Amino acid sequence: MKFSLSWLRDYLDFSASLDEICATLNRIGLEVEEVDDPSKRLSGFRVATIMEALPHPDADRLQICRVNAGEGFEEVQVVCGAPNARTGLNVIFAPPGTYIPGSDMTIKAGKIRGQVSGGMLCSLRELGIGEESDGIGELPQEAPIGHDYVHFAQLDDPVIDIAITPNRGDALSVRGIARDLAAAGLGTLKPLVIDEITGNGPSRISWQGEQTACPYIVGRLIRGVKNGPSPDWLKRRLEAVGIRPQSALVDVTNYLMVALGRPLHVFDAQKISGDTLQLMQAGRETFHALDGQEHVLGTDDLVIVDGHGVQSLAGIIGGEQSAVDENTTDVFVESALFDAVQIALTGRRLGIQTDARYRFERGVDPALVRPGLDAATALIIELCGGEASEVTQLGDEPAWQRTASLRFKRLKSFGGVDLSAQEAIELLETLGFTLTEQTDEKAVFAVPSWRNDVASGQVLDQASSLPAEKAKAAAATVVEIEAEADLIEEVLRLRGLDAVPMAALPRETMVPAPALTPRQARGGLLRRLCASRGMMETVGFSFVSDHDAAVFDEVRESERLLNPIATDLNQLRPTPLINLLRALGRNLAHGFGVVGDGAFFELGPCFGQAGAHMVLAGIRGGVTARAPGHRAEEPSWMDAKADLVAALGELNVPEASLNTTADAPSYYHPGRSGQLRQGPKQILGRFGELHPRVARHFGLSGTVALFELFPDKVPLPKKKRKAAPALSALQPVRRDFAFVASADVVVQDVLRAVRGADRKLIDDVRLFDIFEGGSLPEGHRSLGVEVTLQPHQESLKEEQLERLTQAVEAAVQKATGATLRR
Amino acid sequence: MANDLETLKSETVEALAEAQTRAEWDAVRVGTLGRSGKLTGLLRQLGTFPPQERKERGQSLNRLRDELTVLIETRGQEIEEEALQKRLNDEKVDVTQPPAMPMVGKIHPISRTIEEITSIFSAMSFRVAEGPDVETQWHNFSALNTPDHHPARTDQDTFYLPSEQEGEDPRVLRTQTSGVQIRTMLDEGAPVRIIAPGRTYRADHDATHSPMFHQCEGLVVEENITLGHLKGCLVEFLRVFFDKPDLPVRFRASYFPFTEPSMEIDIGWSRKTGEIGAGEDWLEVLGAGMVHARVLANCGLDPQQWQGFAFGMGIERLAMLKNGIPDLRSFYESDLRWLRHYGFSALSPATLTEGF
Repeated sequence: MKFSLSWLRDYLDFSASLDEICATLNRIGLEVEEVDDPSKRLSGFRVATIMEALPHPDADRLQICRVNAGEGFEEVQVVCGAPNARTGLNVIFAPPGTYIPGSDMTIKAGKIRGQVSGGMLCSLRELGIGEESDGIGELPQEAPIGHDYVHFAQLDDPVIDIAITPNRGDALSVRGIARDLAAAGLGTLKPLVIDEITGNGPSRISWQGEQTACPYIVGRLIRGVKNGPSPDWLKRRLEAVGIRPQSALVDVTNYLMVALGRPLHVFDAQKISGDTLQLMQAGRETFHALDGQEHVLGTDDLVIVDGHGVQSLAGIIGGEQSAVDENTTDVFVESALFDAVQIALTGRRLGIQTDARYRFERGVDPALVRPGLDAATALIIELCGGEASEVTQLGDEPAWQRTASLRFKRLKSFGGVDLSAQEAIELLETLGFTLTEQTDEKAVFAVPSWRNDVASGQVLDQASSLPAEKAKAAAATVVEIEAEADLIEEVLRLRGLDAVPMAALPRETMVPAPALTPRQARGGLLRRLCASRGMMETVGFSFVSDHDAAVFDEVRESERLLNPIATDLNQLRPTPLINLLRALGRNLAHGFGVVGDGAFFELGPCFGQAGAHMVLAGIRGGVTARAPGHRAEEPSWMDAKADLVAALGELNVPEASLNTTADAPSYYHPGRSGQLRQGPKQILGRFGELHPRVARHFGLSGTVALFELFPDKVPLPKKKRKAAPALSALQPVRRDFAFVASADVVVQDVLRAVRGADRKLIDDVRLFDIFEGGSLPEGHRSLGVEVTLQPHQESLKEEQLERLTQAVEAAVQKATGATLRR
Repeated sequence: MANDLETLKSETVEALAEAQTRAEWDAVRVGTLGRSGKLTGLLRQLGTFPPQERKERGQSLNRLRDELTVLIETRGQEIEEEALQKRLNDEKVDVTQPPAMPMVGKIHPISRTIEEITSIFSAMSFRVAEGPDVETQWHNFSALNTPDHHPARTDQDTFYLPSEQEGEDPRVLRTQTSGVQIRTMLDEGAPVRIIAPGRTYRADHDATHSPMFHQCEGLVVEENITLGHLKGCLVEFLRVFFDKPDLPVRFRASYFPFTEPSMEIDIGWSRKTGEIGAGEDWLEVLGAGMVHARVLANCGLDPQQWQGFAFGMGIERLAMLKNGIPDLRSFYESDLRWLRHYGFSALSPATLTEGF
């Protein structure tokens, strides 16, 4: 919402500076977005006269002008290329140092083709205020030489652009802003007087067709008008706020819309077929609107129709067919109250944004329908002549009257501010609220017609899951409490929220309980673990391309965006691996992450077959850094498994309790991947190398190791005190075993069998060697296992060790068929 | 001293001087003092001497034994010292060689900022609540007093997903984490004191807008919470977060459908230098307000009994301001150089005890 200071002065007596006005607007919720002060933007330009213009001796198209620009510049020589520069002409002069906005340069004194030039004579385009022209600006003979041009041309009217929040339809007018500023103590609101005009004789055109979406509509015919350009003052006002002047009849409606917030529409009465304008639901038809577009209407849209068809999309935009033009002699003026929801839905569906829609959507003053028509009538007759008919109307001004009450103690107990009842009442009265009842405890106010947002009493939309009793109890007091909050908001807004003293939040205990649940706290733990293992944390979009997603999961239509912002961001991701692989690819393509640091992880949501859940995913690409004694190596499935096992370890899942199965999803390398399970069903994570086909899809050439962990699948450890550890005083004993096993025997089974051979004595079992070939039979390999035995009562004797060796051998043989290598 | 003793002494001294290794030295020691050593032999022969000579020779032998023992021990230490010196000399390396360091990962600034925010609000007895990224329209809008036709609803460019069941409204990617507040009030009732950090989505993509970003919202609903508490809580948060005890904070009246009164909160900064808390300019960092009576009632709380405040902040925005990160889009680009530069050490989690 733009307005100029001079326009504000129509409604507000004030002496405050521009800065004070802006500060106040910001404070009271009318946020200043931009201030354009032309006197700053166009400073330095002066009114001057050309005392003499002579041809330049060395250039055909240039003239040498002797210019008088008043005090300090009584006689300046200026070289000028404009054809219209001539002796006696009054012009705009820019002395050296003046910034020329139209050509983004600052004027310097100098020589042009050998002749001194001490400034510049300017065109309006160079000031950024006129159209393309081939000459300098010509000022009238009476223009005062030496005066500030901007002031002379009345361009020194600052324009303020403010953001109006959706609840403040009343502030979408200069009048409304003036009212707010007055209430905030910045000046005095001038009375608004709109005389009622009765008119003569009935209007030839009348309204028909009652509609719930239009409770009240008025109109009248004005005959014998002469349409043409508006006077300068009106054009200047509209131009200042960014509205292009068209013709007096149209400009009047725009003017009143900005001034009073009252949307109006004018029809050329002679283009209306028949004597009625009918309100009705549109059919499936097209409509040529004033925006030059053809809109396809639907049956939900409210339109105004004559004998030919749709002449206006009610409250949003008029039609081309009945538009006023320079030949219009009879004009029919419309002023109406359209339902905000109706306008919002139609406007949104058709994608038409107009100033009228904007205001209707946010609520207009229902008491200004008829006065708005009279104000328009008076201004049209003033500018275009003509004679007004009586008013034709349909429906009536709806009952907008309602009250809101304020319990004074709530100023403190809700608003947190110490404020006397009297002060609060006075503030509300300056906003137009009328005190109707007052006791020691509370005051009741009549809400002014323009404050649609106060005590609006809209319907609730309570949760369907609420028990009826509870819902009813919660709803019982809403209307009152809301209206009261509306009033408190007004009071606080006008006094400034900075005036509310700060208070510390009460606390029940000095030391608060942890903010995170044990489950939530795992997030930070996992992130820190991964970072400390050399992976960079990343944050990727939750949506990826369906093309990428299809590589990982059957593409789920239910997780595809209906209105994606780009085709590569159209599908909720089945796994963060997609983002990580893309990130790796991008970095590698730019030469980063190639050596030593191509590792990333993300802990974030994914939306696959299993529904939305959190996944910790990590990848390692590139090669390790070379160093004396270290060759560059590609990552392998073992790195990924180590990452996964380490992460599970942090979540208190011991490696020994996990079961590895070689059945990872198809985007993993089928022979170099697995899943870690707890029990037969619960999959806690996956690891492996990326399937070469998937790697090719992502343009990755080297080996990529990757893992996924599903933290929510990992049970939370039970909170119980740990038993004291059995710290034996006896030395552990280590024994090595070598088993010859068939190649299809997996290490996991051998280790498990060893562990199970004597659960009391065997403390740890480690694989230290795998050997194939040599003297081993074909299709076999040797597995070297180190077993740590921890005696507790007494040192192990030779025969005990012998028994244990036999037990281990037997257990492994039974489980896997492997035999001890002798 | 008898000649033979003199000879033994000088021979031994000579032999010790010649011994260069521990083995050579040991040979001398054993050859002199050992069971069949020369000195031991002489001592053993003492009995063969006539009694009148025996005493004197015995004393000489004992003196010689003491003398040789010292000489041998001293030489032994010398040899050991020399051997150690040689070994140390041999083991010398070029210590200017850099060690092979393991890869160092970093924590993303978004995670870090969420941790910082959480730890500050944690000190004010807030706990963290979570909710789904995909929401019903009721949870994301209607419950928050933003009906379908509301102008605020058109301002937010919402991403839609197909409805789960025939006839239902399309689902949305949450445009704010407010749905978490709604769920918490419905599930747990009042009193409530939570923050809800998380991913949010809006269909907007340019230099200053990302289709996905992070917000942290907060909700306090108790019986006696006033606008004064809102101010106290948020000013305290901002001053601790930016580590500026006298950070200027400004409250401007504004509008949100779900709060009343509503406000936007600015902090002082310098547009010129970007320094927080300095200069003459203001920068918006938070939106807040007293929870709207209709929102409470929609969630089954009686607004006559319960009241409180809610607030929301953009996590990327706070991270950018605090850490001087110029570009919003860079947060999601996973550029290694950026991550290394702006990332945080895994070993210093954001705790109020250690400060941040």
